[in-house]
Amino acid sequence: MSDNILEVKNLNINFKTFAGTVQAIRDVSFNLKKGETLAIVGESGSGKSVTTRSIMGLLASNAVIEHGEILFKGQDLLKESAKEMDHHRGNDLSMIFQDPMTSLDPTMTIGKQVAEPLRIHGKISKEKALKRAQEVLELVGIPNAKNRMKDFPHQFSGGQRQRIVIAIAIVNYPEILIADEPTTALDVTVQAQIIDLMRELQEKLETSIIFITHDLGVVAGIADRVAVMYAGKIIEVGTVDEIFYQPKHPYTWGLLSSMPTLDTKGAKLSSIPGTPPDLLDPPKGDAFAPRNPYAMQIDLEAQPPFFKVSDTHYAATWLLHPDAPKVQPPAPIVKRAQEYAHLMQTGAVDTPSEGSQN
Amino acid sequence: MLKYILKRLGYMILTLFIVASITFFMMKLMPGTPFSNQDKLSAAQLKIMNEQYGLNKPIWQQYLIYLGNLLHGDFGTSFQFSNQPVLSLITSRLKPSLLIGSQAMIIGSLLGILLGAVAAINKNNWIDSLATFVSIVGISVPSFVLGVLLQFFIAFKWHMFPIAGFDNWQASVLPSLALAVSPLAQTARFMRTEMVDVLNSDYIELSKAKGNTRWQTVVKHTLRNSLIPVITILGPLTANILTGSLVVENIFSIPGIGEQFVKSIMTNDYPTIMGLTIFYALMFMVMLLITDILYSLIDPRIRLTNDKEEN
Repeated sequence: MSDNILEVKNLNINFKTFAGTVQAIRDVSFNLKKGETLAIVGESGSGKSVTTRSIMGLLASNAVIEHGEILFKGQDLLKESAKEMDHHRGNDLSMIFQDPMTSLDPTMTIGKQVAEPLRIHGKISKEKALKRAQEVLELVGIPNAKNRMKDFPHQFSGGQRQRIVIAIAIVNYPEILIADEPTTALDVTVQAQIIDLMRELQEKLETSIIFITHDLGVVAGIADRVAVMYAGKIIEVGTVDEIFYQPKHPYTWGLLSSMPTLDTKGAKLSSIPGTPPDLLDPPKGDAFAPRNPYAMQIDLEAQPPFFKVSDTHYAATWLLHPDAPKVQPPAPIVKRAQEYAHLMQTGAVDTPSEGSQN
Repeated sequence: MLKYILKRLGYMILTLFIVASITFFMMKLMPGTPFSNQDKLSAAQLKIMNEQYGLNKPIWQQYLIYLGNLLHGDFGTSFQFSNQPVLSLITSRLKPSLLIGSQAMIIGSLLGILLGAVAAINKNNWIDSLATFVSIVGISVPSFVLGVLLQFFIAFKWHMFPIAGFDNWQASVLPSLALAVSPLAQTARFMRTEMVDVLNSDYIELSKAKGNTRWQTVVKHTLRNSLIPVITILGPLTANILTGSLVVENIFSIPGIGEQFVKSIMTNDYPTIMGLTIFYALMFMVMLLITDILYSLIDPRIRLTNDKEEN
């Protein structure tokens, strides 16, 4: 366990609203190893952003952490004072936000904005901080960084602004970098550049990354491991290959089936019927059961525990119970598994536990 | 930037010319004559008077003469106060109004910005409600009600400041306070709305994620961005207040310009009306220019160039 830089244990977060208490995060546990990239995927409202915001201590004021632990290098962040959290933020924990167009202060030069975390956390002179900021801007690929330090955000394109936001996040060499849908607001070609940049930076800085997205295509490009969230719970976690080629949870099947591939022909993309449950009053059983064509009686009555598939692969579905009937996953999933088995035989991919696949 | 300002000054002269022309002809449409004791004057006396002031000439000639004089900086002589040039009349009356107005503006805008900011930071709790209450009261209570209350309590009962007049600086305190309330309330409301918006923006989230404390976030990233729209309303508000308030000046017996303006209209004092109108227009335009320059200084997204069409 010592190589885990971050361990989240039994986290429960509620939001007090006028309509009642929303149970946004329900018993979430996961860990993050040093230097790895964990992707958290799920649809809107599944709790992925809330989870990461709780790590940063940036939850909305109506959020209540019912119980749980967030251990950063063995220290529980939830027990730290506001001052101690200020010290972590932008220093060893940092975050990249979704929309680069609105994430930068429009009235401050980008040089100053990038230098800011250095000035906050290090006793470093203004000149040194600005010099370092310039180096980092060069590192993230802002051309002619030296002359652009005094420029304002509106003078940069969306992709460049996201590079600047990334520069702000890495300027203090954080140990954990949380990227909250960093590519969602960008167009596809720029997305690819930003993903490449993040991979490159991770190699150089040996940062651990939590990458939140709803885009499985992006996940394949960057993650080592994937956690799938649904209705405030993690329902399946495994390595990228395990999640993409041998998924066990019907929700993951649904997500993967609704992702277009090169083989997708003119036909309609499949979608998961129904809507996520109301977390004001979460169902007693498996939250996915009402939308799950494979649901059994027990899914409505009891929440499934995590069943171990391999050392790295766990899924919370009653289908993995020894007494459950064997079901056939949807055709696209079966096809994926077959392709993968074929690739494994021909040696075209590494074994699941090593390296990222792409 | 300099080029832009020069161009704006050019526009200002053009605007002043138009204002002067329109006012001149509208003034001639007003009923009555400048001579209050007209009934007692014989036809011969009237003729002499009209000749002396050049009122016997056709209107277009009067207009050209007026404009000609204006170009030399000659605003004419007041009909009301014999032999007193309009320019010196305005400048002598201007001082009290400017003093009270600028004090009111400084107090009002600074306190308003502060009040709005405090309300925004404490959004939806009792401090916010209190600030909102103060703003609403400030907007709805007329300045003369407040003026009278200030006179009664602070001057009459507690003897802290003079009750009226304009003998020393102390006398300007109460009228300044009475005038300050309206800009205070308006600035506070505007500031609160803007700052609530800014505090909800992504870059404030990023500022917290950088490790800034709440206070640092407000100082470094919130105030400047919230002030940009507030400056827009401050310009016209300042022009409004600096040009004097008839009511407050009357209550506190201040020999200000607001009072002068009304008096000159009542008596058909043509040169004074013209002079004051041009002065008001000038004041307003200068304030708008200052607003725009401030705007470009505080917001890097706005650059003053000659491409800008409005004046």
